Amino acid sequence: MSDSLLTWIVFTPLIGAAAVLLTGRWPNLREAVSLITGGVLITQVTQLISPVLAGETPSVLLAVPVPGVPLALQAEPLGLLFALIAAVLWVATTVYAIGYMRGHGEKHQTRFFAFFAIAISATMGVALAQNLFTLFLFYELLTLSTYPLVTHAGTDEARRGGRVYLGILMGTSMGFLLLAVIWTWQLAGTTAFHPGGILADKGSPVVVGVLYALFAFGIGKAALMPFHRWLPAAMVAPTPVSALLHAVAVVKAGVFAILKITVYVFGLDLLSVTGATTPILWVAAITIIGASLVALYQDNLKRRLAYSTISQLSYVVLGAVLANAAGIAGAAVHIATHAVGKITLFFCAGAILVAAHKTRVSELDGLGRQMPITMGAFLIASLSIAGLPPMAGLWGKWYLSIGALDAGYGVLVGVLMLSTLLNIAYLLPIPLRAFFKVDRDAPAGITEAPAACLIAIGVTTTLCLVLFFYPAPILQLIAPLLG
Amino acid sequence: MISAQLPALQVVVPLIAAALCLVLSRPLAAWTLTFLASAAAMVVSFLLLGAVMDSGTIDYAFGGWAAPFGIAYRVDLVNAYVLMIVSTISTVVSVFARASVASEIEKHNQGFFYTAWLLCLTGLLGIAITGDAFNLFVFLEISSLSSYVLIAMGSDRRALTAAYQYLIMGTIGATFILIGVGLLYALTGTLNMQDLAERLPDVSGTRTARTGFAFLTVGLGLKIALLPLHLWLPNAYAYAPSAVSAFLAATATKVAVYVLLRFVFSVFGVEFALGAMPLAIGLAILGAIAVLSASTVAIFQENLKRMLAYSSVAQIGYLALGISLATPAGLTATILHLFNHALMKGALFVALGCIAWRIGSSRLQDFAGLGYRMPWTMGVFVVGGLSLIGIPLTAGFISKWYLVLAALEKGWWPIIVVIIAGSLLAVLYVWKVVERAYLAKPPEDATRAEAPPSMLIPAWLLAIANLYFGFQTHLSVGVATRAAAELFGIAP
Repeated sequence: MSDSLLTWIVFTPLIGAAAVLLTGRWPNLREAVSLITGGVLITQVTQLISPVLAGETPSVLLAVPVPGVPLALQAEPLGLLFALIAAVLWVATTVYAIGYMRGHGEKHQTRFFAFFAIAISATMGVALAQNLFTLFLFYELLTLSTYPLVTHAGTDEARRGGRVYLGILMGTSMGFLLLAVIWTWQLAGTTAFHPGGILADKGSPVVVGVLYALFAFGIGKAALMPFHRWLPAAMVAPTPVSALLHAVAVVKAGVFAILKITVYVFGLDLLSVTGATTPILWVAAITIIGASLVALYQDNLKRRLAYSTISQLSYVVLGAVLANAAGIAGAAVHIATHAVGKITLFFCAGAILVAAHKTRVSELDGLGRQMPITMGAFLIASLSIAGLPPMAGLWGKWYLSIGALDAGYGVLVGVLMLSTLLNIAYLLPIPLRAFFKVDRDAPAGITEAPAACLIAIGVTTTLCLVLFFYPAPILQLIAPLLG
Repeated sequence: MISAQLPALQVVVPLIAAALCLVLSRPLAAWTLTFLASAAAMVVSFLLLGAVMDSGTIDYAFGGWAAPFGIAYRVDLVNAYVLMIVSTISTVVSVFARASVASEIEKHNQGFFYTAWLLCLTGLLGIAITGDAFNLFVFLEISSLSSYVLIAMGSDRRALTAAYQYLIMGTIGATFILIGVGLLYALTGTLNMQDLAERLPDVSGTRTARTGFAFLTVGLGLKIALLPLHLWLPNAYAYAPSAVSAFLAATATKVAVYVLLRFVFSVFGVEFALGAMPLAIGLAILGAIAVLSASTVAIFQENLKRMLAYSSVAQIGYLALGISLATPAGLTATILHLFNHALMKGALFVALGCIAWRIGSSRLQDFAGLGYRMPWTMGVFVVGGLSLIGIPLTAGFISKWYLVLAALEKGWWPIIVVIIAGSLLAVLYVWKVVERAYLAKPPEDATRAEAPPSMLIPAWLLAIANLYFGFQTHLSVGVATRAAAELFGIAP
């Protein structure tokens, strides 16, 4: 039963996309289709929880394009976690997008919702990939299906953004990732994800180190410096795209892939024994600090959030590269907690754009009075991103710090703490100036964002709090990986 | 038994059809005949391929005259595969050709056009099927002369100079090939390829053998359009009628590559051709330069047919790289890419043909907003383009996978870098078109109007083939692997 379920999880959003195209003439029906598809997807993904908790790994073979390299799906703890996050937040984003796209009077909404669904299908494929080849395939599909979303506005600026987006993501994936996949196949004779890794004793530490670097930089979606510029460029997209895809699905597909490859291709033992990945550790640390510093100087709200995302993504990479139980736990938890926090921030940014037509941080003075719900949610999510209790963001940093200490890198704890300070420095001033500064010549008549937007913001903000008190389900899900 | 005569039918059917076509001369009748003859050739080629796969190589003595006096046809997996590619592409593109030719070529010339098409098809099939070196030269001339005619029929006046350029270069190439074959005959006293293969090892140390080999490879290099002998190709493809560009781009250079494979592996043998002679290193260097330079030039082309032509030169570079590896894996990649490249370039040129039919231009500047004006046609272009780049689930990806794998196996890192750089350059020139078609504002008076179904259906058949062979590779990879093993003399 669960075999066909896996296939359905990838195909449900595709069917949804087709239905969206067919019902494009009737917007209400079209949006209903999106929501129903999202609901169906969530039920399908949740059905995988109990078999995976029971230690099973349902899998299904779709095709064998190249002999020995199958196109196959498999549910395992990490992938399931990622699929769950993406599915739940897709529904929240759809609700939000309905309010945003209508409130903002965007054109080509049918195309927008259709490609959105295709991107989710690709995300599910990345999450459930059984081997590197399948992962690569859906990874590329995700890049291609989000390109029309990034360039949605069709302006020259959108076109330029689209070029950077496609150029960096395609360039890194074809230049490094594909090579790494084929090389892995040549070394190991398989590309299947296998607990404990497939590369043990297959290559010298130098080969392992080079291969790991090819994967880490080849997965451009993880936005490791210097391949991070596509993410700010992608901010030209409508806000729901930035929210779901460039705070959750696309970027998390990147770091999730690195995490999965670390655990199932290299294996923690191989990495911790050879120590071949130390350079990537420092690249991640530099990205964490560097991107935060850049974020400080961004006046455009979405760009500031984008640089914040770049910084936060490297937390996950850091956890993966530490290659110990606490590091992996921290990385997995951070994928979830950062997702709910950052999506809330983007939702708020979009709400501000729709309701007040403002895009710059310096324009937000006094907005807290007019949009108290939005700015309140922004405050809560900011605290969560910074990792302060009682917000979910704390747990990621907690486990990552333990992982860093376990691996003997005390200095990385310092990096994480410095990053927290920087998070506070670039995020908190935004709600603070909205609530406490007064703009004397503010135009009157700004009210809260559309109800659909507020509902979505409410849901994700609540999740920021809930995951602080109940992080246990996430840890329980990934427990089998940690031994 | 008719099945015993299949090798003869493969060539004779289009040849007779060509003669009939000249007599009929009315456009519709000529087209019908072309289509039917191509379809018949396609059926024959599939039967041959099936027979070869089941029961091995077929030897056929033409007219019952046994070699070495008569002409021997010899069908093994490699040329059965090439025959299938050529005849299938001819059939699919001929469907498309009807409307395209009607709009691009004057009515009184259409009969001649289809005659030349069928002669060209005859020549290409003949080159592939024959087991006789001189007969191969004859068919090469048939296909070359008829393709000069086909190219010259382009509606742009520059088609004439393009055809003239090709005529001069092609004749030089053919002369080189003839000199090469002549030297081999002088040396061994036979023209039959199997006999040549038996007798050449004894005399392979002689200067004559080496000179003959050099003449042959250089002459073939011209026909293949291997850089720097490619100069005829961009103009020829750019100014030829749309249907001819699609047909030739997908078949002509492929057949020439096949001839090179045949001489290198079956006649001279790997040890001599890639070991004693410096062909491997030459192919590697020229192939790498072709991939990088032609792809770069393609980015700057305003005429998209020219752009695709330069892309073809680059793709020929990949084929050369695969051969230069001199391993079964590398050869598999080359043979596989022969097939896959025919699919992609077929789809892309047919899509351009549809666009030319509708808006009368292949220039990038006229493509603004075309994604909305001709959504189905642009869909084909996008699929073909993705395949050219090598996105997973397209045929192009499979080619690239095997090529990179073969290079890895050999440990030739510079080649891997070249292959990857080539596909990144392909992203640039394909995306330039996609961006213009989907993100630029169409002109005010533009309306939504598609090409007719007779053009769209073949276009989509090719596009779907690109997708199908991206995930069902039983036929393409299966045959390529076995064919490569056969050429290397390894039992599959």
